[in-house]
Amino acid sequence: MELCPSVKNVLLLDSEGNRIAAKYYCDDWPTNSAKEAFEKAVFTKTQKTNARTEAEIAMIENNVVVYKFVQNLHFFVTGGEDENELILATVVQGFSDAVGILLSTCSRGQVDKREALENLDLILMCLDEIVDGGIILETDPNVIAGKIASQSLDAGGPLSEQTISQALATAREHLTRSLLK
Amino acid sequence: MAQPFMKKDDDDEEADYSPFLGIEKGAVLQEARVFNDPQLDPRRCSQVITKLLYLLNQGETFTKTEATEVFFAVTKLFQSRDIGLRRMVYLMIKEISPSADEVIIVTSSLMKDMNSKTDMYRANAIRVLCRITDGTLLTQIERYLKQAIVDKNPVVASAALVSGIHLLQTNPEIVKRWSNEVQEAVQSRAALVQFHALAVLHQIRQNDRLAVSKLVTSLTRGSVRSPLAQCLLIRYTSQVIHESAGNSQTGERPFFDYLESCLRHKAEMVILEAARAITELNGVTSRELTPAITVLQLFLSSSKPVLRFAAVRTLNKVAMTHPMAVTNCNIDMESLISDQNRSIATLAITTLLKTGNESSVDRLMKQITNFMSDIADEFKIVVVEAIRSLCLKFPLKYRSLMNFLSNILREEGGFEYKKAIIDSIVILIRDIPEAKESGLLHLCEFIEDCEFTYLSTQILHFLGIEGPKTSDPSKYIRYIYNRVHLENATVRASAVSTLAKFGAMVESLKPRIFVLLRRCLFDSDDEVRDRATLYLNTLGCDDSEVETSASANEFLFGSLEVPLANLETSLKNYEPSDESFDINSVPKEIKSQPLAEKKAPGKKPTAGLAAPPSGPATTVDAYERLLSSIAEFSSFGKLFKSSAPVELTEAGTEYAVNVVKHIFDSHVLFQYNCTNTIPEVLLENVAVIVDSSDAEEFSEVASKPLRSLPYDSPGQTFVAFEKPDGVPAVGKFSNMLKFIVKEVDLPTGEAEEDGVEDEYQLEDLEVVAADYMLKVGVSNFRNAWESMGADFERVDEYGLGSRESLTEAMNAVIDLLGMQPCEGTEVVPSNSRSHSCLLSGVYIGNVKVLVRLSFGIDGQRDVAMKLAVRSEDESVSDAIHEIVASG
Repeated sequence: MELCPSVKNVLLLDSEGNRIAAKYYCDDWPTNSAKEAFEKAVFTKTQKTNARTEAEIAMIENNVVVYKFVQNLHFFVTGGEDENELILATVVQGFSDAVGILLSTCSRGQVDKREALENLDLILMCLDEIVDGGIILETDPNVIAGKIASQSLDAGGPLSEQTISQALATAREHLTRSLLK
Repeated sequence: MAQPFMKKDDDDEEADYSPFLGIEKGAVLQEARVFNDPQLDPRRCSQVITKLLYLLNQGETFTKTEATEVFFAVTKLFQSRDIGLRRMVYLMIKEISPSADEVIIVTSSLMKDMNSKTDMYRANAIRVLCRITDGTLLTQIERYLKQAIVDKNPVVASAALVSGIHLLQTNPEIVKRWSNEVQEAVQSRAALVQFHALAVLHQIRQNDRLAVSKLVTSLTRGSVRSPLAQCLLIRYTSQVIHESAGNSQTGERPFFDYLESCLRHKAEMVILEAARAITELNGVTSRELTPAITVLQLFLSSSKPVLRFAAVRTLNKVAMTHPMAVTNCNIDMESLISDQNRSIATLAITTLLKTGNESSVDRLMKQITNFMSDIADEFKIVVVEAIRSLCLKFPLKYRSLMNFLSNILREEGGFEYKKAIIDSIVILIRDIPEAKESGLLHLCEFIEDCEFTYLSTQILHFLGIEGPKTSDPSKYIRYIYNRVHLENATVRASAVSTLAKFGAMVESLKPRIFVLLRRCLFDSDDEVRDRATLYLNTLGCDDSEVETSASANEFLFGSLEVPLANLETSLKNYEPSDESFDINSVPKEIKSQPLAEKKAPGKKPTAGLAAPPSGPATTVDAYERLLSSIAEFSSFGKLFKSSAPVELTEAGTEYAVNVVKHIFDSHVLFQYNCTNTIPEVLLENVAVIVDSSDAEEFSEVASKPLRSLPYDSPGQTFVAFEKPDGVPAVGKFSNMLKFIVKEVDLPTGEAEEDGVEDEYQLEDLEVVAADYMLKVGVSNFRNAWESMGADFERVDEYGLGSRESLTEAMNAVIDLLGMQPCEGTEVVPSNSRSHSCLLSGVYIGNVKVLVRLSFGIDGQRDVAMKLAVRSEDESVSDAIHEIVASG
């Protein structure tokens, strides 16, 4: 019996329903076309809703999908039918906020699709830090963003000696340099 | 080389701009050669990995060679000390998931990182290594993992613990050795570490009930701080409660105080988890429900959609079993009908429909009418289904509910939605006689303007069955004949059949129907013309004075003797040859599945239009036909009742046997449905040997063994008993399956010549009083009660002793009597100390019986019951009391 709260997938789509980044943790959608079909269903069902101030929720194909939109970025987290909706909401909130923090420290400072694609490495690391094989790893957006930002620091000081904001400031400088080359 | 990452013009605002525009796998794989450069450029390498990951993420796949090449190239990057690049390398390795012989290449690098001073290296290296490793390597790194679990950095500890959760699937015996460390981690101050540690600890112990129980006992005393861990603990707790339910029937439920205290937690997710756990407790009492309902009610007015959804979804579930407990929330629920989120609105509506009482129906319907126009079809279907069950619950309100259905039928909608409405109307017509005429007219109006051929033909078929039985069949003719003018060939053909049915069943209409049918002889379509000709000839148009012969009727409109599904399979198996298809060769056995559906109340009635006129009637018909086709039993007379199948074997045994009890006036017939679940075996001469020594009034008169029972093809054997005429005799029977086993050679499917006799013990079977009672509802109990009169009323009082709850006591009595609860009175309001329940049924000998049960419960949970019976026969009223007195 599986009692541990688990996430079936985490999706980041653009405002036309195209996949920016997606991570599936279960075998419900074995092929890429099955995944795309699910993403399409999710996108069309949620497209017209307003999930900007508060996360929204829908039942899709007997799954609970909690979602949040920021600019032209659509964040989704899917869980099983009986999953605690609020746990999934914390995950989607953590994901969207962490991406927000990370992108706003990047070159253009915009949280949108273009910036997300240009910093896809950050988004992928972010996914990696939130859920590991379906198990929730971390949901606090500041901690998630902190972990990723600190990656870009030189191995100098351990994280505990810096505050998150300091880490982010250094990260921003570092990332900007990397992008300008 | 194109360097998309360099593109940084801010004026480039086109919507589908992407740094990955025109990206191509072959080119990126070429680019991956930079990993081999002696002078590594970390930034450049990161970008290439990002591109590779992008490709994989978009669903691109690498061939085995490509993956291997990329993997080996990536391993070179361990030389670089750049943290960002290292992080991407970890991601890449996880994504490629290398094979066992490749893993060795990175093992030492990863093990080095696992012991690094940098926390991030340690955490990530652990996760990567555990993801790709196999059992042998695991023993080498076990020592480091144990250390990591108690690492003072929470990220490292969590990484090790989460890896442990995954490893439990593949190498449980290793993870189990980490118990001490994990236990220490459960006490961690870091929220997520506590959560992960608890999950591991529980999985390690999950097969040891006592250990789980101990774990829950110690932790519920309060050392868990993390909300996620708290949710987990609630789940474990309800599991323990569930498993211990059998041991302690009375007294306080263990751990309930803990669940209740979680309702006051500051994290909403914990409150929700606890509230849900409470509502899902087995046999939850209304007193236990109250605090959970209260917090959920608060959530209903939250500003967060997720919270509102979670609350209304939970309450909706509660309303199915405890509608009265939810009524307090009705006002909040009503305001949710206009919720932006349509899922929430639909759940609110359906909850209200479940909890509503008779007086609120009209008001509710008004609100729903406004709501229906702006939701999607799939939600509308849910609402229509809820309205259907509401109508069956309050048959007196059929008028407004039927009106509602006919109104929405006129509005725009897709096929599934229209079909749901039509199905509902058909079911209402079937179950509520008063609704029949208006319902049929609504259907007639619908087909005047129906774009779905399927629905038109189904309705025409249904009209042909029900229409002639109404008080004024002629008024439907116009609607039907219009179809012949206006529709496509399929609909025209079924309209012709329907007309013919009216002609055959209503003698006065016959001449006029013939006039109409003759006109159809000039139709442009073959099928329509053929049908018209056939009907005109068989119904005897030349001499309209002649009564339509019964045989013609039977030929034209009688139903097939064999189940359609069986006929279909037989036809498919039939190979064209000189020998013509013999319909008698089609098995008449009915799969027991439809029965199970029929007996499951609350389930979606699947019958609907597909099986008019009525689901339950057709199964009885089917049994009747099956039994009358067997010579030995044809003399038993009219079948009174067939029970639901009773399983005589446990699931998953070699032979699956269930039994249906067929009750006749002076006989009882057991139909044993047997299935052989072993492919290698063929059974022959299958019979059930019944020992009726515990059933004195019964004597065996006939039995019909089954000649052969091949694998996975169900067959039946019968045993018949005689009993005193019209007497509801009861008794216990023990059963033994006897047969000859023959081994089957699997590839050829041929059975061996010689078989061995064998026996198989089945469970016992009982004929009880309820078998002599048909569940037949009445739509208006009060009218039925009054018109029955008090001539044969018998009233008595009974003490039922200490009971768990009113509901439990009531259900026991209902089951004992086998009668149909009426008007939704089988639901006991929460907190009530008394309740009345109305039952109706038909007793053997076709005697109508009505029962009023009044229950009261006192502080010691002692239940008293007053039983009032009215029936058409004095002796039957007494018999009902006897059943209760002896039960």
